[in-house]
Amino acid sequence: MRFDHRHLLGIEPLRPDEITTILDLADQYVSFNRRRDKHAKALAGLTQINMFFENSTRTQASFELAGKRLGADVMNMAMQASSIKKGETLIDTAMTLNAMHPDLLVVRHPHSGAVDQLAQKVNCAVLNAGDGRHEHPTQALLDALTIRRAKGRLHRLNIAICGDIAHSRVARSNLLLLHKMENRIRLVGPSTLMPSGIDAFGVEVYEDMAEGLKDVDVVMMLRLQRERMDGGFIPSEREYYHRYGLDAEKLSHAKPDAIVMHPGPMNRGVEIDGTLADDINRSVIQDQVEMGVAVRMAVMDLLARNLRARPTEVMA
Amino acid sequence: MTKTLITRAQLIDPEAGTIQDGAVLMAEGVIQTVFEDPSPNVPGAEIVDAGEAYLAPGIVDIGVKVGEPGERHKESFKTAGLAAASGGVTTIVTRPDTTPATDTPEAMEFIRRRANQAAPVNVLPMAALTKGREGREMTEIGFMLDAGAIAFTDCDSVVTDTKVLARAMGYARSLGALVMGHPQEPILSKGASATSGKFATLRGLPAVSAMAERMGLDRDLALVEMTGARYHADQITTAQAVAVLARAKGEGLDVSAGTSMHHLTLNEMDVADYRTFFKVKPPLRTEEDRQAVVEAVRSGVIDVIGSFHTPQDEESKRLPFEEAASGAVGLETMLPVLLRLYHSGELELPVLFKALSLNPAKRLGLACGRMSAGAPADLVLFDADKPFVLDRFALQSKSKNTPFDGARLQGKVLQTFVAGKGVHPSS
Repeated sequence: MRFDHRHLLGIEPLRPDEITTILDLADQYVSFNRRRDKHAKALAGLTQINMFFENSTRTQASFELAGKRLGADVMNMAMQASSIKKGETLIDTAMTLNAMHPDLLVVRHPHSGAVDQLAQKVNCAVLNAGDGRHEHPTQALLDALTIRRAKGRLHRLNIAICGDIAHSRVARSNLLLLHKMENRIRLVGPSTLMPSGIDAFGVEVYEDMAEGLKDVDVVMMLRLQRERMDGGFIPSEREYYHRYGLDAEKLSHAKPDAIVMHPGPMNRGVEIDGTLADDINRSVIQDQVEMGVAVRMAVMDLLARNLRARPTEVMA
Repeated sequence: MTKTLITRAQLIDPEAGTIQDGAVLMAEGVIQTVFEDPSPNVPGAEIVDAGEAYLAPGIVDIGVKVGEPGERHKESFKTAGLAAASGGVTTIVTRPDTTPATDTPEAMEFIRRRANQAAPVNVLPMAALTKGREGREMTEIGFMLDAGAIAFTDCDSVVTDTKVLARAMGYARSLGALVMGHPQEPILSKGASATSGKFATLRGLPAVSAMAERMGLDRDLALVEMTGARYHADQITTAQAVAVLARAKGEGLDVSAGTSMHHLTLNEMDVADYRTFFKVKPPLRTEEDRQAVVEAVRSGVIDVIGSFHTPQDEESKRLPFEEAASGAVGLETMLPVLLRLYHSGELELPVLFKALSLNPAKRLGLACGRMSAGAPADLVLFDADKPFVLDRFALQSKSKNTPFDGARLQGKVLQTFVAGKGVHPSS
């Protein structure tokens, strides 16, 4: 078992065996989290700072819970209101943080690459909790764990990722992860929501849901941001729902045991039919939330082990 | 009267396309004689032994940003001049995207006065085409031409109102003024910090299609056809635009075009993990585009290479990639960086200096850029092979934003002469 990383900035630098390592450990944490007593000591004595430059209730709560269950001292810093508006550079932010001596830093930022840039300047382990349109690695890992538990494997599956691929970091990270694990990936959505250069990714692109979903094992829906709904990228909410919203009819083209996923929060009646989202026979959306905590515990545990293995840096 | 004789040099003549051993006699600010004999006997001349190094016409760099007026903390005429001299650039053609924009004859006079006091090289200012570079009303093109404006441009602020641009170009034509455009479809490229494609998608960066450059060029060329204006495209960086440019030239339009040192030597992948010093405008392109641009320089479709020297302070680069300022300094690094193309066999030295010295001089109606008797004695003596590792903090520029920090380069400027006087190394 090897996981030689100081940070988790994205799926891109991970090897398939490292992904498996994370998922195996996360599996153990799933059982652990279902116990009455949920206190471990993997992060005891360590300080975890959650720095969210962009609003997020769910992801932040998931990271906070994960840290607390592993015994870390967790602190949340809501950044969107303060320094980012004052034109503070990333370096200034990093300097301020270094002075506080955190061990784990969980960062979400509205700009692609900002978490990488911060990681280059801080002394602690950095976890990317989503940066712009770039990556959201823990989301891809929790999706992978959900798929593996539902399907019994994480390879040679037909997986359709549907909706706003262009603006989605979740889609990027999932694409990279599922590709590394040797699955067949289809992207389904209108051409206006497809990123450029997608032909070079080794995926199949569909503009029609029925065709795109034919015989797939997994249907991953993406959230359509409100600001993209009127006129700019799609003509209207109702036309989008008609052509790309997942309902029972469109899902009938997939394999009978195909699972339905969504990273949340959902727009019911825009990208997914409300009843379908609640159908416990098809939808694994609740499982995804549960896997989220376990995967984040696994990643932080692994990063903390690497942290402890390293000699302490300059204790002045 | 001092006479200086540079002996034992390999003379690069971009007009003839040759490299020959020889010597050059400079006096009264001009090249008096070009000798085929590497060590001729000229009584009373001060001798500079080139020791087999290359001697070429000094570089004429179109599109240099100096921070005066408005941003002197980024670059002054003095530091830009020193940077130019140490990079073998003997004429800098400045951009009007100053703060405020250089859009009045009074502002032109300020620049000419400051430049002459402070810079050791020739400084020729360009003026804004529209007031405040806002694309609404044309500037006093005639007055500024009289005040010494060498060309008119709104730089990267593309005139979106085609009617305004058509009128400004028509008016410029009546005065014979050169208009420099930034070929880019402005609405399509708004907010973009990368070129559309796999790399931009992987990095999640807002991107613009390479086609936006072709669209901008298409429009500008149609206006050239319509108005008859003399036109220079500042930077052509894509294969699609090269094709359009070649066609326009084939049809006999009075157009010329430049490209940047960065687009000739780097591609989008160099941005790697969001390195903001690699953020330039237009954004770096694919390797296929880079190769097409190199080929266009070689074949003469692209006439001019410039540094597009854009000093930025550290703070403006220490931001997320999308938010960070664009541009890189290049006056000092341009020659060694472009010598990579020589060492890799992509471009011959006479071709390089045609694009660096001769062609820009010709397009601007300057007598320099030539290795012949009577031409101004603006010359650069350089060793094409000397290896070094670039240290950005050793640059003369006030701003150190170069993408080539730590790069292994080959080629060093030994001496720079402006009007026969040594300006580098400074004594």
